[in-house]
Amino acid sequence: MRNPQLNAAGDLIHLLTLEGLPAEVIRRILDTAVPFTSIAEREVKKVPLLRGKTVFNLFFENSTRTRTTFEIAAKRLSADVINLNIGVSSTTKGETLLDTIDNLVAMNADMFVVRHAQSGAPHLIAAHLNRTGRSDVHVVNAGDGRHAHPTQGLLDLFTIRHYKKEFHNLTVAVVGDVLHSRVARSLIHGLTTVGTPEVRVIAPQTLLPTALTSLGVRVFNDMREGLAGCDVVVMLRLQSERMKGALLPSAGEYFKHYGLTAEKLALAKPDAIVMHPGPMNRGVEIESAVADGERSVILPQVTFGIAVRMAVLSILAGN
Amino acid sequence: MNIAIRGGRLIDPKHDVDRETTLWIADGRVASIDASPRGFKAERTIDASGLIVCPGLIDLSARLREPGLEYKATLESEMAAAVAGGISHLACPPDTDPPLDEPGLVAMLKYRARSLNQANVYPVGALTLGLKGETLTEMGELAEAGCVAFSHADRPLIDTQLLFRAMQYAATFRYRVWLRAQDAYLARGGFAHDGEVATRLGLPAIPATAETVALATIIALARETGVHLHVCRLSTAEGVAMLRTAKADGLSLTCDVSAHHLHLCDVDIGWFDPQCHLVPPLRGTRDRAALRKGLAEGTIDLVCSDHSPVDDDAKQLPFGEAEPGATGVELLLPLTLKWATEDRVPLASALARITVHPAAVIGVDAGHLGIGRSADVCVFDPNEHWTVTRGALRSQGKNTPFLGLEVPGRVRYTLVGGQIVYER
Amino acid sequence: MKTKLPDAEQALAALADRMRGAIAFDARLVGIRSGGAWIADRLAQMISGDHPVGYIDVSFYRDDFNRRGLKPEVKRTELPFEIEGATIVLVDDVLYTGRSVRAAINELFDYGRPQRIELAVLVDRGGRELPVEATYTGARLAVAQDLSIVLSRDATGLLQLATEGADGAAEAVAPDA
Repeated sequence: MRNPQLNAAGDLIHLLTLEGLPAEVIRRILDTAVPFTSIAEREVKKVPLLRGKTVFNLFFENSTRTRTTFEIAAKRLSADVINLNIGVSSTTKGETLLDTIDNLVAMNADMFVVRHAQSGAPHLIAAHLNRTGRSDVHVVNAGDGRHAHPTQGLLDLFTIRHYKKEFHNLTVAVVGDVLHSRVARSLIHGLTTVGTPEVRVIAPQTLLPTALTSLGVRVFNDMREGLAGCDVVVMLRLQSERMKGALLPSAGEYFKHYGLTAEKLALAKPDAIVMHPGPMNRGVEIESAVADGERSVILPQVTFGIAVRMAVLSILAGN
Repeated sequence: MNIAIRGGRLIDPKHDVDRETTLWIADGRVASIDASPRGFKAERTIDASGLIVCPGLIDLSARLREPGLEYKATLESEMAAAVAGGISHLACPPDTDPPLDEPGLVAMLKYRARSLNQANVYPVGALTLGLKGETLTEMGELAEAGCVAFSHADRPLIDTQLLFRAMQYAATFRYRVWLRAQDAYLARGGFAHDGEVATRLGLPAIPATAETVALATIIALARETGVHLHVCRLSTAEGVAMLRTAKADGLSLTCDVSAHHLHLCDVDIGWFDPQCHLVPPLRGTRDRAALRKGLAEGTIDLVCSDHSPVDDDAKQLPFGEAEPGATGVELLLPLTLKWATEDRVPLASALARITVHPAAVIGVDAGHLGIGRSADVCVFDPNEHWTVTRGALRSQGKNTPFLGLEVPGRVRYTLVGGQIVYER
Repeated sequence: MKTKLPDAEQALAALADRMRGAIAFDARLVGIRSGGAWIADRLAQMISGDHPVGYIDVSFYRDDFNRRGLKPEVKRTELPFEIEGATIVLVDDVLYTGRSVRAAINELFDYGRPQRIELAVLVDRGGRELPVEATYTGARLAVAQDLSIVLSRDATGLLQLATEGADGAAEAVAPDA
């Protein structure tokens, strides 16, 4: 089965998931992001790389944060950005998803940044473009269902590499609602691909998907055990819907067992860093003292996120 | 018309016939095998050398989409597809629009089907009104109108007391009840098998327990009520084991598997291929192996096509939004042959699972070539392989996970009631 | 047919000679990566006076992005001084079509408005496609279009020029007389 993200020469033409990407492709994106970090510090925060290109933000699921960072990234590359908030279902417009894509391609779209509530939607679009001979139009997955959020995974890898220099001697813990998390899946695939020797997942049984160890991780239900000796702690957001209903009894109960406090953080290595994809639920998955503390790199993650997205857009546009 | 089908390998599993010989047809019935009837003058002779001659195939589940869902398929297109697949009898589930919960609808369907003069159609009636799971239908009226059994298609029947009453009622009149085992709560929100693939792809999952929990309920109630139960579309290894135990216990129930689940598993979803969005979901490799073994040893009685044509607009969507279902009547024979060859099941045995066994479940005297019986015959070339393409399918629904694949077995002639309704 | 290339070290010495005394006392050297960066470093040592050195990577400003995509190694642009109002000497190894220089000038202007930009090149091989000229030149030569000229630096820091032909063969040639 050919990887739909790569062309015949092995170049990246779509970014849909980190799963199955060659380590070399991932490293190249991280390396390319490095010079982009300094652009934010200049007065003119733009380079002309994507000038004349049109990037469509197709958000079928609302997200001001992600959409804004992609918009900033594209504009810093001098691209034209058009935001389409299509709402929950394309069928409410009476037009199928693929018909919408065909129309936008006919309007000379160069790139689609797609967020969708259904896992696999960006794959459907990319397969359609490949099949109709338009693989020159690139798809970036900005989050599909619980499947993948590859740019988040990449910026998490970038952040880890920035503070820890290399992956080959790290123990990384991912804590929280892995079952519903595309951020967790992408990060796990990214970490295992670049050779992180120990990737841990810490969560109660109800928040863990089946057969998780097949992804190459060690599963812990006890947070203290799981945090022991970690170099990186990644806290996942717990959505409020999960807190009522059958998965968890309450936020308080969750915080007691799986919330990151200074006391629990002390079990990790003394120079361990704390990450979070945001937005944070303070007092649910993480206490403020830790979120704002000196081991937290949560704000730098946001800055790196723009540089990483600029790198992704540039690499795709050039292939 | 007098027809002689000469020189083919005649396989009639019910009567243990498997030899090269001639089948003689007169007045729409099987007149003789081997020697010609006295004074027989063939008006049409079919040269079946190199071909297999067997009873017309019987498909236990083929959705014709009429009434109500004509944009997906019509009786005309699907009946043409069925006979192209060698099928002479088929049963259609009650989940039309409106559902088959009213004698008038059933009569209309039968009438329409009969006027097309192709395969025999056996409607399966709805167990509850509107398939809502609240009130029993008038099973007597529906049976009189032509329903051969009652089912709940894929709609949830959550009220177990209602289910119990429905089975009791059906048992009273010896009506057959066909049920698919799925616990609505355990399956809620899911559409892929709960395993490695769903985890990797981030697809909301349906655990195997959704089937086994419901199956335990259905079996217990069947035991209690003594109803004629048929379990539809088994999908789990555990489910097969439970059926094996129930049968060994002396319970007389039957069950089937869909041709898709004999061959495909969750890995075939690949990169979210919506063609593989089916109900029940494609499960793991162990489940598939257990289903194949179950069918070979007889724990699973028969295989059906689970024909459910879906229009392109409804299929070309992200996996979870894509409508489940695949077109299947033209693939029932090839997929059965493929299984038989791969698992070294004797041809006669394999053909029994799409002729005489489904006939028994429907409760009709068909699926065999006994003298004097209606001449419903399928003549096919077991060695001809063909590629499944949109153009090759006669069904209006062109969506199947087997698109682009090569399958064995091409139907050359289909006869229903002694008339050639399809030839190639 | 072998092209006779000048010796890089000799060309560098000649370039430094021409720049010494001619560039402004407060001129800042900006080397275009990678060859220009090496040369800027050497020039700073060879020319007296305090001339801070910066480095510019023009990958994001090239005009052939659509045809060739992003190069795998993009390095940082490091300009540790004010561009606004400054006198800049851009330094490059080989001046050919002039497109790299155009990209470098565009990039510099995104950092500020310089008062003056001059251009110093080790080798001018002609073949201009844009109206760009070097202020200071180390050596000139004529080269066939299908050959590229590449500057390399060995472990001791010694610079060397070589050609890469259409078949990728590199020829280091004896110094021009």
